[in-house]
Amino acid sequence: MAIIPSPVDLAPLRRAPAWRTAEYICWLLPVAAYFLFPTSLSLLSQMAITGLFALSLDLILGYAGIVSLGHVAFFGVGAYAAGLLAKYGYGDPLLGLAIAGTVAAAVGYLSSFLVLRGSDLTRLMVTLGVAMMLFEAANKLTEFTGGVDGLQGVDMKPVLGLFRFDLYGKTAYWYSVAVLFVFFWLARRIVHSPFGLSLRGIKQNVIRMPAIGAPVHARLAAVYTLGAAYAGVAGALLTQTTQFVSLDVLSFPRSAAVMLMLVLGGTGSLYGALIGTLVFMTAHHFLSNLNPQYWQFWLGAVLVLVVLFARDGIMGIAQTVIKRVRGKA
Amino acid sequence: MSAALQTRNLCKKFGGFSAARDVTLTIEQGARHALIGPNGAGKTTLVNLLTGFLEPTSGEVFLKGENVTRLAQHQRVKRGLARTFQINSLFADMTVLESMTLAVCERLGFGWHWWRPVGDHAAAVDEAATLLASLRLADVANEKTRNLAYGKQRLIEIALALAAGPQVLLLDEPAAGVPTSESRELFETIARLPREVTIVLIEHDMDLVFRFADRISVLVNGALLTENTPQEIARDKRVKEVYLGEALDG
Amino acid sequence: MTIIFDGLAAGMLLFLISVGLSVTLGLMNFVNLAHGAFAMLGGYVCALLLSRAGVPFLLAVPIAAAVSAAVGVVLERTLYRRLYGASHLDQVLFSIGLNFMAISAAHYFFGAQQQPFALPDFLRGQINLPGLDVGIYRLFLIGIGLILAVGLQWLVSYTKFGAQLRASVDNPRAARGLGINVGRAFTLTFALGSALAGLGGALGIEMLGLDPSFPLKYIVYFLIVVAVGGSGNIKGSLIASLMLGLVDIAGKYYLPQAGAFLIYVVMVIMLIVRPQGLFGRTAAK
Repeated sequence: MAIIPSPVDLAPLRRAPAWRTAEYICWLLPVAAYFLFPTSLSLLSQMAITGLFALSLDLILGYAGIVSLGHVAFFGVGAYAAGLLAKYGYGDPLLGLAIAGTVAAAVGYLSSFLVLRGSDLTRLMVTLGVAMMLFEAANKLTEFTGGVDGLQGVDMKPVLGLFRFDLYGKTAYWYSVAVLFVFFWLARRIVHSPFGLSLRGIKQNVIRMPAIGAPVHARLAAVYTLGAAYAGVAGALLTQTTQFVSLDVLSFPRSAAVMLMLVLGGTGSLYGALIGTLVFMTAHHFLSNLNPQYWQFWLGAVLVLVVLFARDGIMGIAQTVIKRVRGKA
Repeated sequence: MSAALQTRNLCKKFGGFSAARDVTLTIEQGARHALIGPNGAGKTTLVNLLTGFLEPTSGEVFLKGENVTRLAQHQRVKRGLARTFQINSLFADMTVLESMTLAVCERLGFGWHWWRPVGDHAAAVDEAATLLASLRLADVANEKTRNLAYGKQRLIEIALALAAGPQVLLLDEPAAGVPTSESRELFETIARLPREVTIVLIEHDMDLVFRFADRISVLVNGALLTENTPQEIARDKRVKEVYLGEALDG
Repeated sequence: MTIIFDGLAAGMLLFLISVGLSVTLGLMNFVNLAHGAFAMLGGYVCALLLSRAGVPFLLAVPIAAAVSAAVGVVLERTLYRRLYGASHLDQVLFSIGLNFMAISAAHYFFGAQQQPFALPDFLRGQINLPGLDVGIYRLFLIGIGLILAVGLQWLVSYTKFGAQLRASVDNPRAARGLGINVGRAFTLTFALGSALAGLGGALGIEMLGLDPSFPLKYIVYFLIVVAVGGSGNIKGSLIASLMLGLVDIAGKYYLPQAGAFLIYVVMVIMLIVRPQGLFGRTAAK
């Protein structure tokens, strides 16, 4: 018997997870940046780390639609976990990342029971409250965290036992970029899997999902835990590359800023998180040198404009432009 | 033959208002069972109680003899109970094929797979494609759901429920808002479903109900007024009064 | 006893500032995190009128409220109303953006320092009772707070405006059908919320201080009041504020090492136990 070809074109679905040319080019940029801006490596490392943090928020907000004003909680937990480990003699960076990610995931899993109930508004406030609680705890438990003075004495061993953290920040840069890439690649696999598809389903229609047999709450708890682990790894990276933890890793402005970067870049595309981070931090670098107050004003103005006119961020604008150009051609 | 779906003294109160009063109902295996009643009679509430979307104030629900009253919606779906929604409840920003694959993945237990891409789950993709082809939706499979005409979306509403592989299918006004010509087509599709699938139908168009159903239950003010064959229901004075009353009030 | 009294006064001040948020959030379903910016505006207007123009305090406070209300109306007409249908997240981002702009504008015009502020003589000093020191200004705050609570409750529950507003929020289309000017009802409510913010900001300088970081520094407290009290619930906000004031002052007195930690714990527990707020309308729909 001849095989009857399916009348349904399956190619678009099969093609979706394939890497595109633009993506390869995108990942050559960090390599180029290393040679173009050899004196700004510490800023570039910060960008990679913050990019990973924004990515972690994109997983829970952009894909699963969980709103959070307190995502910084997991970043901070990871940062302190890595810092304390290194301070008390376990200074291997990869071990630190693994443990910090695990601890943050555990905190994420536990707090998911608090966060996932209730409406968006309740979620916004509970996440904010949890983050503030951790901030206050870190502020007061000075014998562990150093309080406002920060955690001193973070002593890192070489990465893989081979690469020492050097004064120029070369090791820190490559280490951060490599970790970012690995976790990005993993996130990319996840969002194209059936699990990732079910998250998009929950975001688009939370009423329908149980009616097609999906355990919504368990899925959300899973992705919230995953996002927490990612944020924890980002926090640990910051600690390891700066060999210091300041109380600032748990502060509300950091939560607000990462949300802003994600929204600026565009949610739900992974690349939006990275582009938003890049644009935000570049602008911050140049504008805040000019005048710190003006910077905050324009930051606010951009946020207002994005919400009012460009809800899909830079990625959304780019897609519209590409469509127009292709439509005319 | 055992009952596909049964309720025992099912009650639902919203504050002081009773939306379901002591409903005891049996739906036989393989039946084409219609639920009718005037607006506000509690038909959709009953469907929501059956599927677990709402929790009953008291009473019990049995699916193929198993007490499912305490089970969550998705657990009932796993046991073969699927539904459609009166107002379209779709995945607007997915392509039709994506949303169907999503539903099939959930049924086949792939929902937790986080490593291999969706497209590599051939069993799910092929079944989604076959189902779409059988509903004559193949040509729109790669369109975004939100870009489709209303009639097509209505069909996808049913397709998603079918993707859950139901043994009992609850259709809540499947043709609501669809022009008459297209609604005939829609009902032909429903009529073609295999006989093993038990169907519970809520519908206002009496022509369609009497042609399609082999059993009819009449709900009034949240309570079961009567249940019988279409012929008997057509002759029942009380049913006429209920509908006449509505016509006079309206 | 003095702790209880100071706690009540602090709570009443919190009520004065946050009740406006409760109004916009509860009645209009808009998450306006820029509420603190409106309070700050009221504070600056009041402080400047006092120090530069020599306007008496009792006149400066209502002017501050009026200015906040006017700015509120302008922003509502131009920006806020575009976001009534938007998600809570969009509203939050938008109002955080406004906060940032307000903070740097305040920096630019008034500098980073605390504004000098002196109460008029008749509100200064203390009445010393046996076992209780009563600050006159705190007594004044408690009085104003009570008057406002009663007045607002009456406005929302018993007047035609209140009824129109509740109808507009519950079902804008039906309200329009009944001939209610929904847009105007929203504008007025927003103006009311802003005026209350400005009033609270002006009255709060004495106890909270006033500098450009104000909008973010206290936003969490406002949110807690609304969260615990149940949004749109005036009695709830009042009781929540008083509780919070008491917990805060007592905590600072008896458990200084815990700091603000206690407050956040209370908030999170409240949100989990009663997501609609302690006095919220449970299952209204």
